[in-house]
Amino acid sequence: MAGGVVVAGAGQAGFQLAFSLRSRGYEGVITLIGEEPHLPYQRPPLSKAFLAGKQELRHLALRPAPYYASQRIDFMAGETAASIDRVARRVTLASGSAVPYETLVLALGARVRPLPIPGAQLEGVCYLRSLDHAVAIRTRLQEARAVVVIGGGFIGLELGAVARSQGKDVTVVEMQPRLMPRVVSPLISDYYAKLHASQGVQVKLSAMPVEISASNRRANALVLSDGERIPADLIVAGIGVLPNIALAQDAGFETANGIVVNEYLRTDDPCIYAIGDCAAHPNPFAGTRVRIESVQNAVDQAECVAAAICGQARPYEDVPWFWTDQFDVKLQMAGLSGGYDRSVTRGDPESRKFSVFYFRGERLVAVDSINRPADHIAARKLLAARSRLTPEQAADESVDLKSANQLSATINSQ
Amino acid sequence: MPAITYVSDSGAAHTVDVPVGDSVMEGAVQNSIDGILAECGGARQCATCHVYVDETWFNRLEPIEEPEEEMLTVTAAPRKPHSRLSCQIPVTKALDGLIVHLPPFQK
Repeated sequence: MAGGVVVAGAGQAGFQLAFSLRSRGYEGVITLIGEEPHLPYQRPPLSKAFLAGKQELRHLALRPAPYYASQRIDFMAGETAASIDRVARRVTLASGSAVPYETLVLALGARVRPLPIPGAQLEGVCYLRSLDHAVAIRTRLQEARAVVVIGGGFIGLELGAVARSQGKDVTVVEMQPRLMPRVVSPLISDYYAKLHASQGVQVKLSAMPVEISASNRRANALVLSDGERIPADLIVAGIGVLPNIALAQDAGFETANGIVVNEYLRTDDPCIYAIGDCAAHPNPFAGTRVRIESVQNAVDQAECVAAAICGQARPYEDVPWFWTDQFDVKLQMAGLSGGYDRSVTRGDPESRKFSVFYFRGERLVAVDSINRPADHIAARKLLAARSRLTPEQAADESVDLKSANQLSATINSQ
Repeated sequence: MPAITYVSDSGAAHTVDVPVGDSVMEGAVQNSIDGILAECGGARQCATCHVYVDETWFNRLEPIEEPEEEMLTVTAAPRKPHSRLSCQIPVTKALDGLIVHLPPFQK
């Protein structure tokens, strides 16, 4: 077992890989290489409870420091994998040392997409991805009065909700005509636009940021293409992430919005896998190659590869799920709605409890649930079972989703 | 700090002190107790912090809310009458001495 498993990246996926290997009884050396100085930690709270000051730093660590020693996981903090020698099977770190591997897992994650406008480098302009980012924003929020969030996706809206709940003047600027445009349907987008407006957030859609202005080299306003100037003493850009692929590119791997892997999450080198945010994988729920940024995907891909390393390879086919908390509303998503051609609503949007079921052709592909946890759990089961639930059944509240698998099978067989 | 006892499926008991306000799940994770995964970090999304609360304690806990109720339908090990998600049990002084039993598996 000389070399054992080297995991490049110690986010949720990298941590889980090490954790799952030991849980499965893997006896070899495990080296976990993390770029940040911190123990592996949870990211979801960074834009939610942690940012709001409702969760302390000590709650973020996925496991405490003694865990790594007791499990014989060699966790290297503040180290970066700089290059891969595929012939000699070793990773060279930026600090100069080399780590041999039998199996290498790339769990490199992603980095924030930089804001491409003048003034983006100014003091007072922040991003939110890492713990350090979150600590900086949490500190700045104590002083800030006016907060401008660029990007109406999950991160931006969660952050906007936290800041607004603290009484700040909050403006969310989204370039597309609706919120969370990449991931939810217009009905859900509209619901969230109204939710934020009702809480006093200024939501500006189809708005194009062109510049950040400054006084004393400190950001003081965001300027839009129509000339509007939104004063701010804190500007946070949440405009998506870019997968970390340079290490793989330099090692000769195919990349296309992520490190290209097969259904076993293996690259074309049988000793090297890629998982989590950086892995462009064939996903049965997307029907195509995708890259998914989520806790579920990080954890389940790590488990899939840990199983493969332990001799139990299986294709990755777990049901995708996501969640977002904004104000007191929980949105739970199951499946991947991209490319849907029909959607139906279950429940009354006015009641603040409803779900949207998405279909591609005849097939149920995703369900978004607002304050309807039972629908969400039923949806995960329906998607896992490749249910033939029809749009009519989905919209009909007299149809019990928990027995819908049997029901649709019965109807379809008649 | 209240002492919480986690009893593994094989019967091994681990008692640890957990700060008031932390959840029973956090008490397990921060003490590296085997048998609690807590993959979603306490967001009621994953059901991998499932426990069987000792029956002498079950009725002293706050009641189960709907999101937890739903997650309890997808636990890997069978749901029993005293099943809870440990992320939904905040530790209080009144829970000093709480005993929870861990299921044989969480996934």
